[in-house]
Amino acid sequence: MSATTASTAPALRHRKRSWGERSLGLVAWLVGLIFFFPFLWMVLTSFHSEADAATNPPSFFAPLSLEGYRDFFAAGPLPPLINSATASIVSTLLVIVLAFPAAYALSIRPVRKWTDVLFFFLSTKFLPVVAGLLPIYLFAQQVGLLDNIWLLVLFYTVMNLPIAVWMLRSFLAEVPVEMLEAAQVDGAGLLTTMRKIIAPVVTPGIAAAALICFIFSWNELLFARVLTATVSETAPVFLTGFVTSQGLFLAKVCAASLVVSLPVLIAGFAAQDKLVQGLSMGAVR
Amino acid sequence: MSATSATTVSARGATNGAPSGGTGAAMRRTGEWARRAPLLPALVLTVIVTQLPFVVTIVTSFISWNAYYPDRRHFAGLENFQTVVSDPDARRAILVSVTLTLAVVLVSLLLGLVSALLLDRKFLGRSIVRTLMITPFLVVPVAAALLWKHALYNPEYGLFDGLLRMVFGSGAPQVDWIGQYPFLSVMFAIVWQWTPFMMLILLAGLQSRPLDVVEAARIDGASSWQIFRHMTLPHLRSYIELAGLLGTIYVVQNFDHVFTITSGGLGTANLPYYIYQTFYTAHDYGLASAAGVIVVVLTIAVATVALRTVFSLFKEENR
Repeated sequence: MSATTASTAPALRHRKRSWGERSLGLVAWLVGLIFFFPFLWMVLTSFHSEADAATNPPSFFAPLSLEGYRDFFAAGPLPPLINSATASIVSTLLVIVLAFPAAYALSIRPVRKWTDVLFFFLSTKFLPVVAGLLPIYLFAQQVGLLDNIWLLVLFYTVMNLPIAVWMLRSFLAEVPVEMLEAAQVDGAGLLTTMRKIIAPVVTPGIAAAALICFIFSWNELLFARVLTATVSETAPVFLTGFVTSQGLFLAKVCAASLVVSLPVLIAGFAAQDKLVQGLSMGAVR
Repeated sequence: MSATSATTVSARGATNGAPSGGTGAAMRRTGEWARRAPLLPALVLTVIVTQLPFVVTIVTSFISWNAYYPDRRHFAGLENFQTVVSDPDARRAILVSVTLTLAVVLVSLLLGLVSALLLDRKFLGRSIVRTLMITPFLVVPVAAALLWKHALYNPEYGLFDGLLRMVFGSGAPQVDWIGQYPFLSVMFAIVWQWTPFMMLILLAGLQSRPLDVVEAARIDGASSWQIFRHMTLPHLRSYIELAGLLGTIYVVQNFDHVFTITSGGLGTANLPYYIYQTFYTAHDYGLASAAGVIVVVLTIAVATVALRTVFSLFKEENR
């Protein structure tokens, strides 16, 4: 594996190991391709004509067609996509605004019984959201907030708040105490300390937390389905109704699935390091 | 999560608290409020939006309340719980929830561990393979469920039967995947989506492993298996626990796949779907609430059992 092993081990053993390593690399490629294949199939099918999409055996090399996309955009997906964007982006911003001070209070200036508070936040994730569905529905009905996107914004904010507090707390705990103390001794105020010492450490953390909150709110179906109707329908709800009401058009379904997944795919691919870092930091620390 | 961070942070609390310790009690009190203030907005909002509805759910679970018959609403004691427990559909939903969650979490953890181990080594195109692997996690769950139901499982033009026909010719067996194996069909679609999540957490765990110690063990003649069993696995313990715990929390709540792939039919309705149906279609609020309370209890139980199992497994490992 390293230069030390290579130089101490006999040449023959070294060659053997590198063969083993090479084949494990191939296995990794194989596993990756198997997991990727259903997605690739979705992309391929979305670019085939309906006639070519629904054949058995499958036609991998059928001529490309934009029929699926044309039909999908003709079904008026823009309002649901805008609703989803509003709910996800606004709730993610709210989560960060609320979670950052809380995480700060729990890590750098820990309040008494901070572990209890942190555990409380986490424990709210143990409450399956479905258990709160009825009261929230009844409340929305009473105050006339059914089919209103801002109710989803509020709900998604609270749904993701615990994860964000948890992740940001562990990122903030990375700030070395000595640096904070040194800043205090030098007479740096709170804002300077924030900007010069805390911000560099915590920026990747905020990005990671925001990314994960965005993914979970964009994907949410159950509450969106129960609490929204025609006006504030989100993209996942639109997707479910889209199939049942119009019969099955495979290319159109695949095109729709791909377009609706696109924002999360782009964000996830662009920031996959942050995703790994975010999950692990929020996870174990 | 880990003990080390707890000690670091409490130590930090002590150092920060020291200057204010010498001043008067009033000063200390304002200091504590200044510390709590940043916490309050998040805390208050969380309590209002998550705890309050749950209290209402608990209260409702003791009321006989069907929205179709509003005038027959009355206090019912444990009646709703008795109905849920004696309802065969509800009992099956509980069973489905438990088996589906355990099966999905265990299989995706195992697959996630294998792929994380494969991706931890250096090889040509590693970052490309990682990107390929995480893609399923980034597909919107409804879209993923639609993909599995229509493009892969469909008996007439789905990819799986199509591949069988490509390989074995026109006489190839054509399987009605969802009709014949409804539980496995739902399960594999969820496993596909959650394996990358497990892989990401475990990969991060592997990459935080101190490599010099592993190298030293290797030079001392430890085999790869010994290193894996006695060094890698114990190091990964908390990561495995966490991946399992988070997976459990999310999978037990799965609604999208069950709703899309089988619409709860063929014995695949889990508790969230059962509640959705009781509340949204049957409008039986009391019954839905009782089922909701059961899901919460169940989630906590399953998560605790899952944690304990993993925990004891590793305790044996450490001996």
